[in-house]
Amino acid sequence: MATVAAERLFGKSIKRREDPRFITGRGQYVDDLKIPGMTYAAFVRSPHAHAKIRKIDTAAATRHPGVVAVFTGKDMTGVNSLPCGWDLRKEKKIPGVIQDLAIVPHMPLTSDAARHVGDPVAIVIADSHEAAVDAAEKVQVDWEPLAAVTITEKAAASGAPKLHEGAPGNVAFKWEIGDRAATDAAFKTAGAVTVKKRIVNQRLVANAMEPRACVARYDDATGELTLWVTSQNPHVHRLLMCAFVLGIPEHKVRVIAPDVGGGFGSKIFLYNEEVVCSWASRKLKRPVRWTASRSEAYLTDAHGRDHVTDAEIALARDGKILGLRVKTTANLGAYLSTFAPAVPTFLYGTLLNGVYAIPAIHCEVTGVFSNTTAVDAYRGAGRPEACYVVERIVEAGARAAGMDVADLRKKNFIPKFSGAFQTQVAVVYDSGDYGAAWDRMLQMLDYRKFRAEQEAARKQGRLLGIGFSAYIEACSIAPSKLVGALGAGAGLYESGKVRVHPTGMVTVFTGSHSHGQGHETTFAQIVADKLGIPIEQVDIVHGDTGSVAFGMGTYGSRSASVGGTAILMSLNKVIEKGKKIAAHLLEAAPKDIDFLGGQFQVKGAPGKAVPFGVVSLTAYVPHNYPEGLEPGLEETSFYDPSNFCFPFGAHACIVEVDRDTGNVRILRYLAVDDVGNVINPMIVDGMVHGGIAQGVGQALCEGAVYDGQSGQLVTGSMMDYALPKADMLPMYETDRTVTPTPVNPMGVKGAGETGTIAATPAVVNAVVDALAPLGVDHIEEMPMTAQRVWKIIQGAKAR
Amino acid sequence: MYPAAFDYHAPGTIKEALDLLGKHKDDAKLLAGGHSLIPMMKLRLAQPKHLIDLRKVPGLSGIKQDGNMLAIGAMTTHWEVESSSVVKSKLAVLSEVAALIGDPAVRNRGTVGGSIAHADPAADYPAAMIALGAEMVCEGAKGRRTVKVDDWFKGLMATAVGEDEILVEVRVPVLPASTGAAYMKFPHPASRFAVVGVAAAVTLDGKGACSKASIGVTGAGTKAVRAKGVEAGCTGKKLDAAAIEAAAQKAADGVDVQADLQGSVEYKSHLCRVFAKRALTEAVKRAGG
Amino acid sequence: MKLPVKMTINGQSYSHEVEPRLLLVHYIRETVGLTGTHVGCDTSQCGACTILMNGQAVKACNFFAVQADGANIMTIEGLAKDGELHPIQQGFWEKHGLQCGFCTPGMIMSAYQMLERYPKPSEELIRHQLEGNLCRCTGYHNIVKAIEWAAEHMPAKK
Repeated sequence: MATVAAERLFGKSIKRREDPRFITGRGQYVDDLKIPGMTYAAFVRSPHAHAKIRKIDTAAATRHPGVVAVFTGKDMTGVNSLPCGWDLRKEKKIPGVIQDLAIVPHMPLTSDAARHVGDPVAIVIADSHEAAVDAAEKVQVDWEPLAAVTITEKAAASGAPKLHEGAPGNVAFKWEIGDRAATDAAFKTAGAVTVKKRIVNQRLVANAMEPRACVARYDDATGELTLWVTSQNPHVHRLLMCAFVLGIPEHKVRVIAPDVGGGFGSKIFLYNEEVVCSWASRKLKRPVRWTASRSEAYLTDAHGRDHVTDAEIALARDGKILGLRVKTTANLGAYLSTFAPAVPTFLYGTLLNGVYAIPAIHCEVTGVFSNTTAVDAYRGAGRPEACYVVERIVEAGARAAGMDVADLRKKNFIPKFSGAFQTQVAVVYDSGDYGAAWDRMLQMLDYRKFRAEQEAARKQGRLLGIGFSAYIEACSIAPSKLVGALGAGAGLYESGKVRVHPTGMVTVFTGSHSHGQGHETTFAQIVADKLGIPIEQVDIVHGDTGSVAFGMGTYGSRSASVGGTAILMSLNKVIEKGKKIAAHLLEAAPKDIDFLGGQFQVKGAPGKAVPFGVVSLTAYVPHNYPEGLEPGLEETSFYDPSNFCFPFGAHACIVEVDRDTGNVRILRYLAVDDVGNVINPMIVDGMVHGGIAQGVGQALCEGAVYDGQSGQLVTGSMMDYALPKADMLPMYETDRTVTPTPVNPMGVKGAGETGTIAATPAVVNAVVDALAPLGVDHIEEMPMTAQRVWKIIQGAKAR
Repeated sequence: MYPAAFDYHAPGTIKEALDLLGKHKDDAKLLAGGHSLIPMMKLRLAQPKHLIDLRKVPGLSGIKQDGNMLAIGAMTTHWEVESSSVVKSKLAVLSEVAALIGDPAVRNRGTVGGSIAHADPAADYPAAMIALGAEMVCEGAKGRRTVKVDDWFKGLMATAVGEDEILVEVRVPVLPASTGAAYMKFPHPASRFAVVGVAAAVTLDGKGACSKASIGVTGAGTKAVRAKGVEAGCTGKKLDAAAIEAAAQKAADGVDVQADLQGSVEYKSHLCRVFAKRALTEAVKRAGG
Repeated sequence: MKLPVKMTINGQSYSHEVEPRLLLVHYIRETVGLTGTHVGCDTSQCGACTILMNGQAVKACNFFAVQADGANIMTIEGLAKDGELHPIQQGFWEKHGLQCGFCTPGMIMSAYQMLERYPKPSEELIRHQLEGNLCRCTGYHNIVKAIEWAAEHMPAKK
């Protein structure tokens, strides 16, 4: 029987309840799964960046011992293109569209041409993985190599090789936001200081530690297909696969995303491999497993970022920002990944207001196709790109105006507000106190003292620098009606079901998905508090379309604010129903019942009370029960927020540059974040840390590089693509301010992406500051590898 | 990742190993720690038909002092070198080099012989072996022969070992009196191989001038090389900061510097000079200069 | 041609006939069925497959099962004794040294060897010794803290 909880858990750093299985090696990831009769898949992929397929000969592969089947795109009749879940077309009245989105086909196995290295053309299925891989080498593809374009700025240039019939000039779309005329006028203000910089946000690979994997099992007896897949949103996977690609009934498909080893965006999307394996399992009536090798992951996991931007800022003489003008080319890769068009548009342009009172902003974006892996959301998705532009151009502006970068920011912050701040780029901020986070960060830093130390270090010839970023982030993107009007093919609500068992134990079914976020802990904290029961009596179930009503999943830092609120709504319904049952037992009116400390009690009469467990038992053994009330105690809610939440904060980074090698070393990293109310500070801190590391990674070492000639991915392994390691990072100095959001009842915003958004500009700004004595005022490209920094130093010396 | 199929042999004697090598010739690869070969096999960049694992061959592992030489068995792991008390006391720089290879798990399995026979252009040991004047002992059907390090590295992943021979031992002279040695490396941010690594051994005479300098450079070119220009620039000079700076300018001379993502020819050549300077500075300091 | 292999894993002995090309990590995961050891890359950078072999941390993805014939192996599943977490496991739990959990087994096995070699490691040493283990979630901060916690709570060596 349920007992009463000893303490309130909201706000407490309790240890994670999921950890025991992970630290003992008993997590259950997709590749851990073994099913009797299972077959193993290997994909045949294009070695060329761009090539016509003249013919595919599968005979030798089919004859290879152990091979069950070999399929090409031509075998997959009746199968549709992978869908793009975000529209940008004028006829749909999507705001800002200058040129309609070219919706190009993206077949699960391409049969006309390959458009990037790694594009899959055939699947080989065998009794063992070894046989599948061996046989895949025997598939003969007659390629006709074509000229390829991989470079963002060249993709839409005249004469560039064309990727798709439906996308002339390789332009995917053109889009704008803000007020062009007002912005042009702002730049003509008398006496304005204007600065224009080219700012490149390079291409990244998410590199979740667990490579993508799937197991598809078709049960011929029931006609049901079960797909275990590394997904951040199993219901979205099911919907897209059933309704759009395979045309199979949704209720006959169960998608399970068990323990998933990190996502960072890359596991949101519907990918070719899981579709092909699902199709093949139905065809062969046998389970099919596929797990990406890391090499395949580099070639096929959706990449992130890849923007080239010209940014301009206009400042008044007193340092007030007058206007911001941004022109961006976004490389979408060879195909439209699931949410690709949203990232460089509505997730990017809408954040260009930053934390500043900017009177006029205009942004124009051109999306282009190229012979590269498709680009989609990667941790932050659009928001890091926006923050990077704003925080770099603000510092460039401060330098040009001869003002301190910290002072200039402070002068321009939007004053503290709660409820609504209308930006110049459509969105309305929910609550903010940007100056408070900033001041706290400066205090931790002891900014004036650092500048004195820096002065002394510079006299010794040392290159010490500090960089800041004051960021804004938009999370829990909603409401559905709004995102629909902006082109989303999906709603952005979340479901939460609370099942109270007869003994008062509770199982919660959430549409959010944890792949590291710790929902089994934080959601249980909410439940335990609300019901006044110990957390041990609460279980959280997620990641299974077979048990969870529906779900939009986890991305965009939405789980606590949207998924958590859906659970909270169901808890409220449970309590309301419980009050009716308790009122009956206590012979009182429901309106006179309070639910306090795990007990239903008559208002003003603490002695007249009935514990939660008794009420739950009564709900299932309704002998003494209110007339007309349904038995059972289980409630489902769908929460569709009224607005986004906007976390914010202030980060600072101190670096030292090795003058001889160009190597950058981080000496200190400080972060003050405001994510609203915090359910579990330990978990939030952990996410901030991880986010910072990814942001630092982008600034210093990460980057997907294609060979401009061959179109080969040069950084196609962990030997070549440099992920941040423990020894290049410091201990992070973190703190928080708390500005609850009025949008949801818990006042929680979102913490998953803040660090990534903030860190990159802070680090790059620090390097620029370090090199300032040499006359450097800007760095165009990342990552700031030692070589790149050294070349900048040489260039500055030569001037 | 699944390598192509092969036959596996684990001979119990060096003779058996040599017989297998003689029999399968080009189709065979010797397997020591496997930390260079197996990744290539997994990516199917190497597809040997026969693997001859040396792990059961006795006498190939361990470090012992033999007069003024340290005799290091080819199958001795990097960790054994890193943690060896005799190496630490007689040739500390070698322990330091070993500690910079890969990561702890790689050092537990990777072997001295494997590294030197594989001759990866970005490996760490080769520079040190050149600076320290090592010798490689190869065994073939006709017995053993010793190859001086200057005759060892022939080109990209090519050495003087015969196709019917096995590298069985590496012999490294202990540091003479008044000699300091150091290895300085700019690691690849991902793989931790040397983008550039420079090892320097400097002997000072009674007056504090350099009587002998021995410099090896790895990483930048297709093979590790001796930086003769730097050596000449050091010898006979009192190695103060200015002299080191001047001598180090020749560090990239004779290196066939290869451009890649980590560095242009210009940058890597520059790194050769920077790390030559750093290694020399530390070596001189350690020599008591 | 398949070859016989015999090894002890977590105190239990196993014998199988395997293809020589079968990697040790696949032997452990697929043949023996211990799936706590993970595969995160194919170039032996990530360290998710780190196990202890004859007392030394090795990357099981860089190893053929036949090479481990006769070896004594410990995987993440063998670390807790009688349901009692090892101090390193406890440290990762206490200090939130994991998020998605995928790199965690390898991290813990690497930390196991680290603390055997260096019972009181500095932060710098911990970071250097983790060179062969990648984590994408934690930013390493809490992994360092977890290992420091474990170092403080390791039972004294007899």
